[in-house]
Amino acid sequence: MATTEADVRKELAGKMEPRAEPRKPVVNDFSIQVATANGSGSQSSNTVLLRALFQMGVPVSGKNLFPSNIAGLPTWYTIRASKDGYLARKKEIDVLVAMNPETAREDVMGLPAGSAVVFDEPLGVGALRDDLVCYAVPFEKLVSPITSDAKLRRLLKNMAYVGVLARLLDIDMAEVEGAIGKQFPGKAKAAGLNLAAARAGFDHAAKALPKRDPFAVRRMDATAGKIIIDGNSAAALGAMFGGATVVTWYPITPSSSLVESLIGYMKRHRVGPDGKATFAIVQAEDELAAIGMVIGAGWAGARAMTATSGPGISLMAEFAGLAYFAEVPAVVWNVQRVGPSTGLPTRTAQGDVLSTATLSHGDTRHVLLFPSSVAECFSMGVEAFDLAEELQTPVFVMSDLDLGMNNWMSEPFAYPEAPIRRGKVLSREDLDRLGGFARYADVDGDGVGWRTLPGTDHPAAAYFTRGTGHDEQAVYSERADVFERNMARLARKLDGARARVPRPEVQGSGTAEVGIVAYGTTHWAVVESRDQLSREHGIETGYLRVRGYPFPAEVQEFVKRHERVYVVEQNRDGQMAQLLKLDLAEPLVARLRSVCHIHGLPVDARSITDEIAEREDR
Amino acid sequence: MAGTTTTPPAAPGAPSAPSGAVSKTNRIGLAVLDYKGLKTTLCAGCGHNAISERILDAMFEMGVPPERVAKFSGIGCSSKSPAYFMSRSHSFNAVHGRMPSVATGAILANHGLVALGVSGDGDTASIGIGQFVHLMRRNLPMLYVIEDNGVYGLTKGQFSATADVGSKLKTGVVNELPPIDTCALAVQLGATFVGRSFSGDKKQLSAMLKAAIAHRGTAMLDVISPCVTFNDHEGSTKSYGYMKDHDEPLHEVSFIPAFEEIAVEYDPGTTVDVRMHDGSHMRLRKLEESYDPTDKVEALHRLAGAHAKGEMLTGVFYVNPTAPTFLDLLDLGERPLATLPEEAVRPSREVLRRIMDEHL
Repeated sequence: MATTEADVRKELAGKMEPRAEPRKPVVNDFSIQVATANGSGSQSSNTVLLRALFQMGVPVSGKNLFPSNIAGLPTWYTIRASKDGYLARKKEIDVLVAMNPETAREDVMGLPAGSAVVFDEPLGVGALRDDLVCYAVPFEKLVSPITSDAKLRRLLKNMAYVGVLARLLDIDMAEVEGAIGKQFPGKAKAAGLNLAAARAGFDHAAKALPKRDPFAVRRMDATAGKIIIDGNSAAALGAMFGGATVVTWYPITPSSSLVESLIGYMKRHRVGPDGKATFAIVQAEDELAAIGMVIGAGWAGARAMTATSGPGISLMAEFAGLAYFAEVPAVVWNVQRVGPSTGLPTRTAQGDVLSTATLSHGDTRHVLLFPSSVAECFSMGVEAFDLAEELQTPVFVMSDLDLGMNNWMSEPFAYPEAPIRRGKVLSREDLDRLGGFARYADVDGDGVGWRTLPGTDHPAAAYFTRGTGHDEQAVYSERADVFERNMARLARKLDGARARVPRPEVQGSGTAEVGIVAYGTTHWAVVESRDQLSREHGIETGYLRVRGYPFPAEVQEFVKRHERVYVVEQNRDGQMAQLLKLDLAEPLVARLRSVCHIHGLPVDARSITDEIAEREDR
Repeated sequence: MAGTTTTPPAAPGAPSAPSGAVSKTNRIGLAVLDYKGLKTTLCAGCGHNAISERILDAMFEMGVPPERVAKFSGIGCSSKSPAYFMSRSHSFNAVHGRMPSVATGAILANHGLVALGVSGDGDTASIGIGQFVHLMRRNLPMLYVIEDNGVYGLTKGQFSATADVGSKLKTGVVNELPPIDTCALAVQLGATFVGRSFSGDKKQLSAMLKAAIAHRGTAMLDVISPCVTFNDHEGSTKSYGYMKDHDEPLHEVSFIPAFEEIAVEYDPGTTVDVRMHDGSHMRLRKLEESYDPTDKVEALHRLAGAHAKGEMLTGVFYVNPTAPTFLDLLDLGERPLATLPEEAVRPSREVLRRIMDEHL
């Protein structure tokens, strides 16, 4: 590292308060960052910590910043407790748990003044700064009486910090105990060892670590009846309750756990009374085959889906164009990660918006859904199938790593009340009545033709599906007028999707000059940023959260109502803003301003607030 | 060449009806006309047209309802051909080299379909080798036909990956890379019915197609199908002339469908009788001593030997009529996934409530 410790100190000195004074307590409003090595069992400890706070009624969010590695590389987990219910990543770290020798020094040097540090004693980082509250803990010594197994001790050290924090922050040990029980269901021995480690930490802190930092937890009642779940599991539940029957996949972070969860749920809940599966889940040889199988299955009448991420989406491009042009329903979950190329494979981004909207060559356009929450992963997981079958086209659900792989608090999901909608499919009886049909004829004026499923027992049921130019009867054609007419119908169909995709969520009084547009997980930072802008800068904002593309009419109306519209997103090039520019009436285009963040970490409110305030000249 | 009947190249134009069958109906009461397709747009004399005719005949004679058949193809001359037979069957002309995945998805959605894939040597062995390999591995119930002429037709005569070393293009370009033997590959990977035939050998190809239709599992047939425009000249190893001189049948293939009485007894000393999954019989009258078509190792050994000797070995190299298919592994019910009712695919309100409780 080129920067020396002295440099950092000098730089920090300008910004920070002098040596930490006793401050008034900061209750239920802080962030904890735990720095460990990948594969050291810290995920369990962090989940226990998160859950204990949740069970005390305090709104929490947890974010795992992990490397592309099985074991050994540094990993960080951030937990935010927020009495105001803000779930976005907090930029500032208030409490650091330093367990990883590789990063301890850098982690400590990067803290704002006044932070608290719990560190593994041998790391010796206590003397690096005099503006922090440091607690040295001999973790190895604490867990050595529990087991003689060195491997196990390494894991238990991580549970011991949970106990230390419980004591320092005043987290009820009964809740820690409950969370440990939940973390190791049916594993009494593991639960016992972990509990012993947590208690050892707690007792040590009680005895040896007088409280010197201001951070504290008090019981609240803000999480009653709420659930904690990750977005990929929620998406899997959406797929299951959406009636998915054929699911294909190729493992890729961060989408793998979506299908892995789904396999678990389907085995439990989608095996019929005869013991037969009502689903087929296939691990394909690559993403090309995964999407090919989905298209074959969708064509034959299954509710078919796959889940992937950046590189996988790129591989699916050719098939996406086929499904668009041959008009085959398909659902694709794109759990976005950082590109270009392999990029940062374990970090979050919203970088595939533009490329997915037009995925494939030629004039291809797709329907996109943008879930912001685990509840929407569930509801859009259901809705995507209805849309794909009604519109006879691929539907891409644009999740991201932050949403998919992190735990989120949510209201329990609402059971899908509306019956499954399978779109325009002609049965044998319909064909008896009609005598025949033309696959691509726009008989209803909405651009969507009627289809038949292979196997329909009627001599007029068959048609020839192809990616080549075709007429209304699905017969090969290179005629200019036929091709033009077909492309115009497809455009009409996609235009009609504006009225079918989920409507945007609009907030604000309607009188603000400044508008904000965001989507997906950026939502959580924007919610907080709007409060900061109002409170700290007197900037009132209107807010529109995009939930579907092609854009419903409300999007244009929102831009019309605001002089300046900041489009906040987690990519470099302002991809949603670009997509909006293609769609908006020309005089409105100049109103858009991009606020872009692309560093792999979930965007935080402070960064958005600072940038908008500066550009608003406040 | 002993014991085989080789018919001349197919006549140009649309597939004709099997001789003498025009006015007849098959066991499900359909006429040959009910199996016809559009007029071919391939070159006159193209081997693919003859294969289309043989497929049409086989489906007709087997009494397969055309509405139950789903045709799949990729891109290329071969992949156009499903349009030229069985218009009453659904068909999916997919993307280049990736038909196997589309077919796989469709079969998973509806395992009641009779799936027929038609591909070419480029579509299978060059761009499509990845998906081909995994299709063979899964042993999904499907008949996969490669119309193999060793060249790309639609792009005007470049070599494909099945072209033999030393094979010469009309332009004089000589192929220097060894060919991929799709049959050896299929045997090794797990296909359970593997054979090679010749578009000009009507009798052998018909019997093999019918047996393949009766097979439950992946049946892979590599059919040498000369390209009259780009690869039928002196120096080509996939020409009509070359096949006439080098076609080396392993055995005489005959087929007795399940719905027909077995009229002719066979001599176990000279003939292997294979009872297919549907109760039909495939008979392989040995032309060679002791060839056992249920022995994978022997199949690979014999194929390698034929390559070394420059023979174009044809016949059924390997068959396993009882191996479990991919569908067996998935443990699906009788009713196709595609048409399961809502109550079968959407768990109850109570199930969601319980799952939510687990996450409280």
